[in-house]
Amino acid sequence: MSSLRHSPIGDRLYQTLTTLCAISVLVLLLVLSARIFVAASPALQAFGWRFLTGAQWDAVHGVFGVAPAVYGTVISSALALALATPLALAVAIFSAEVAPAWLRSILEFALDLLAAIPSVIYGLWGLFVLVPLLRDRVMPVLTETLGLADTPLFAGPAYGPSMLAAALLLAIMILPYIAAVAREVLAAVPDAQREAALALGATRWEMLRHAVLPYARSGLVGAVILGLGRAFGETMAVTMVIGNRHEMSASLLAPGYTLASLIANEFAEASATLHHAALMAAGATLLLVTLLVNALARWLVWRVRRPGDA
Amino acid sequence: MSAPPAGALATRDLSLWYGPVQALDLVSLSIAPHAISAIIGPSGCGKSSLLRSFNRLHPLAADVRVSGDVTLNGASVCASSLPVEELRRRVGMVFQRWTPFPVSIYDNVAAGPRLNLRLERADLDAIVEQALRRAALWDEVKDRLREPARRLSGGQQQRLCIARALANGPEVLLLDEPCSALDPIATQRIEEVLWELRQDVTIVIVTHNLQQAARLSDETAVLIGGRLVEHGPSSQLFTSPREPRTEAFITGRFG
Ligand SMILES: Nc1ncnc2c1ncn2[C@@H]1O[C@H](COP(=O)(O)OP(=O)(O)O)[C@@H](O)[C@H]1O
Ligand SMILES: [Mg+2]
Repeated sequence: MSSLRHSPIGDRLYQTLTTLCAISVLVLLLVLSARIFVAASPALQAFGWRFLTGAQWDAVHGVFGVAPAVYGTVISSALALALATPLALAVAIFSAEVAPAWLRSILEFALDLLAAIPSVIYGLWGLFVLVPLLRDRVMPVLTETLGLADTPLFAGPAYGPSMLAAALLLAIMILPYIAAVAREVLAAVPDAQREAALALGATRWEMLRHAVLPYARSGLVGAVILGLGRAFGETMAVTMVIGNRHEMSASLLAPGYTLASLIANEFAEASATLHHAALMAAGATLLLVTLLVNALARWLVWRVRRPGDA
Repeated sequence: MSAPPAGALATRDLSLWYGPVQALDLVSLSIAPHAISAIIGPSGCGKSSLLRSFNRLHPLAADVRVSGDVTLNGASVCASSLPVEELRRRVGMVFQRWTPFPVSIYDNVAAGPRLNLRLERADLDAIVEQALRRAALWDEVKDRLREPARRLSGGQQQRLCIARALANGPEVLLLDEPCSALDPIATQRIEEVLWELRQDVTIVIVTHNLQQAARLSDETAVLIGGRLVEHGPSSQLFTSPREPRTEAFITGRFG
């Protein structure tokens, strides 16, 4: 730190500027959160913890509880992550470690393209292709052919718009993100690590398993977290396929709701102060859930990094 | 003709290209078994390329073409009867920049045996301990085997890499400038380790430190511009070189 005192003016200016920028990000986050919580306070005061645990969302009678939307947000995102992660990692490993150079560049291009498609396009595709496909082809197979209709996970009528549709669409949307970041992480593993494994008599697969993946582990977890963050915040496409019903159901075939969809759907017509505040509180809840999951993920990255790197 | 002793490496008319660039030009060299051989020469003369030809570990992304032959105990290292993985277990390698895996000390040393053998815990423990002892690292790490390898000092990490290679029970150990990033004391520890090892392992060390080559090696090979210029007992090569180019190099007039 003492070296700072001796540094020339340019260095100090740079130091000050970057510090200011870093602080301004924090301030922005704090101001934003504070504004949301202030706007939400009427609803939070009126309902207290019941806002989080309540299952009723009734603008007419002024009763607001977000439990089903929290449930829908968490379940659809978690499910999407569970579906997308293995595939995305497989794509990343193939692209970074296995594919020949020409195929690699095609894959990269395809991933970038997928990541760049606006979410409303995904939503339209989900609405006009995925949902009918699920309703007419997939859901009947699940419930009738496989006889899963009696299990709680696949119970109830299959209209199409559902938690399953939302999770699948989200999985498709976050896959390119996770894959692209994971690919970069794998490509950043030094060749020295690979050579060290090969020098011990490892095959290419063993090299991947014993040298590349352990080295890249925390970065890969980071890639997955990025995908999760995106799944949480995704609004438009999910709103178009999840069915927007404020109910908690164990069945994946049943419609659901997410916090983001709830806000997007109702904000324009929220005239009552309490309704408005309740939507703000839903936003605050989403913010909290996101922060919580991110903190959890950070802790996870920190945990997995420890045994390897000091 | 009797079978050559274990750990005998040789090249015959070995040439190597990276794309259009020729790095080795008709190198024919016999490495003395159970001795330390040094390979010296100016940078870019092909030392690493030669060393990597012995275990067929060419740079990963490079477009490499090889002609001529490399043999281990008289058999070609490219023979289909010798899978490249087995070759690399028998011909271990240590790199200039130490490369421990981001796992514990124990798991680093156990990495090689775990790849190939199904071992009882006790047997693996024994192999790890023996490898660490041979690398003169056991006393320093025996109470912290579960700690991350990266917490060790540079010199210790390099000896850990030697132990990791030894755990495979190699006949030959290749080292590519293993001490060039280390201080004199750490360098000395590694030289002591190599000196002990030469009794049962053939050692080939690339070094840019001529004193190291002179004091450590039994034989020295001089490469200049991809060609083998001189090869002989180090005592003779460093005191009365036969080749003018060797003399120019070891007296610092080029390279
Ligand atoms: N991966 C590579 N791709 C292309 N050329 C290379 C590569 N590695 C080495 N070379 C070239 O081969 C020659 C010999 O390199 P090298 O064997 O590393 O020499 P040394 O180890 O003696 O410094 C040099 O001219 C170098 O530029
Ligand atoms: Mg070199």
